[in-house]
Amino acid sequence: MSIWEYANPVKFMRTSGAVLPWLVGATAICLPAGLIWGWSVPEDYKQGATVKIMFLHVPSAMMAINIWVMMLVASLIWLIRRHHVSALAARAAAPIGAVMTVVALVTGAVWGQPTWGTWWEWDPRLTSFLILLLFYLGYMALWSAIENPDSAADLTGVMCLVGSVFAFLSRYAAHFWNQGLHQGSTISVAPGDRISSVYSYPLYTCMLGFFLLFVTLLLIRTRTEIRRRRTAALLAREMRA
Amino acid sequence: MLALLIRDLRLATRAGGGFGLGLAFFLIVCTLVPFGVGPEGGTLALIAPGILWVGALLACLLSLDRIFALDWEDGSLDLLATAPLPMEGAVLVKAAAHWITTGLPLVVAAPVFGILLHLPSGAQGWLVAALLLGTPALSILGAFGAALTVGLRRGGLLMSLLVLPLYVPTLIFGAEAVRRGAAGGDGTTPLVLLAGITLATLAAIPFAAAGALRVNLR
Repeated sequence: MSIWEYANPVKFMRTSGAVLPWLVGATAICLPAGLIWGWSVPEDYKQGATVKIMFLHVPSAMMAINIWVMMLVASLIWLIRRHHVSALAARAAAPIGAVMTVVALVTGAVWGQPTWGTWWEWDPRLTSFLILLLFYLGYMALWSAIENPDSAADLTGVMCLVGSVFAFLSRYAAHFWNQGLHQGSTISVAPGDRISSVYSYPLYTCMLGFFLLFVTLLLIRTRTEIRRRRTAALLAREMRA
Repeated sequence: MLALLIRDLRLATRAGGGFGLGLAFFLIVCTLVPFGVGPEGGTLALIAPGILWVGALLACLLSLDRIFALDWEDGSLDLLATAPLPMEGAVLVKAAAHWITTGLPLVVAAPVFGILLHLPSGAQGWLVAALLLGTPALSILGAFGAALTVGLRRGGLLMSLLVLPLYVPTLIFGAEAVRRGAAGGDGTTPLVLLAGITLATLAAIPFAAAGALRVNLR
């Protein structure tokens, strides 16, 4: 049992096909549970009901970054060891990550309007998310522009590596450029200034739900991509015959 | 390497090479901005550092597709790939040629455009220093973008989507140095960080760009 076995698409299809119904079920339980639980928490003494936006905003923002990291790892695995399913997974993850970024930005704007009095502020966190969205868009555009699938995987892999460095750099450069309005992290293991457990437990459930949602969508999209390649190969064979 | 540099420079400066187009574009940007925001000197002086940097960025972007596209079309890129010079060196030389024909004229002409936009005279030195340190990074990052998109028919628009986000840190530190200079402060910190970014990109990006070129030539 290692990830190298799953470089074989048949093996990958068999295992992911077996796992997928369970994942769909877990997502269908976890995500609504977290959101409904989040909906029923008491209102914050200062922010009122708007605090409930957190249950969409925080998990989507977290996933937006984590999906990019996953794409980076998958690109590295492809570039180093020519793991075909890995390249497909990186490609399949990009639109999900872009949507997560948009969700984080939009819910952040909706949350920022009543609490900060502005839809948008050139705060480092907000700015770096906008830049992250640009990187996602560029990555997807590059994938769709190149016809040869192997070259496309190579080039987008290189772009992902360089982009990661620059996305990271932009984040800290933005701190230099403008001091922020956004609050710091309040989820931590250490005691002290952190979020109340009334909010944190539903939040963790939502995070888990978003994570499961991502894995489910990722597997479905990767399987679709493998099937598309199969049909393309079958068509090509038929044309030649 | 020198021969390649001289060849590229010659191609760029001869007729049809587009030499000076970037500079003319920069001039047009600096002429259009006052029409857009109004002719008040105070406002212009306030936004001048940003306008000059964004103008330099866009002027640089304009000529990026020339770095590899022509050589790709007539096959000299294949020759370069089989030449004893490693691909990384070729990328570096190409980026240097691009910088000499686009970045360097901008650096030299920037004070004049600074006067057009009422940039305070104390900031002129910072502007030149920041552009001098920052534009090599723009050229080498641009060479990376051009290497990624060289095989594509309509790569120009895609390349700007890929390259402009990479310019963000350079822009932030470059414009910040000039802004601090314009406010009468000391711009050394952003300038040092800018130089750091430029040196790091010069060291690392040629490998990524050469890798992308090899994939495209495969």
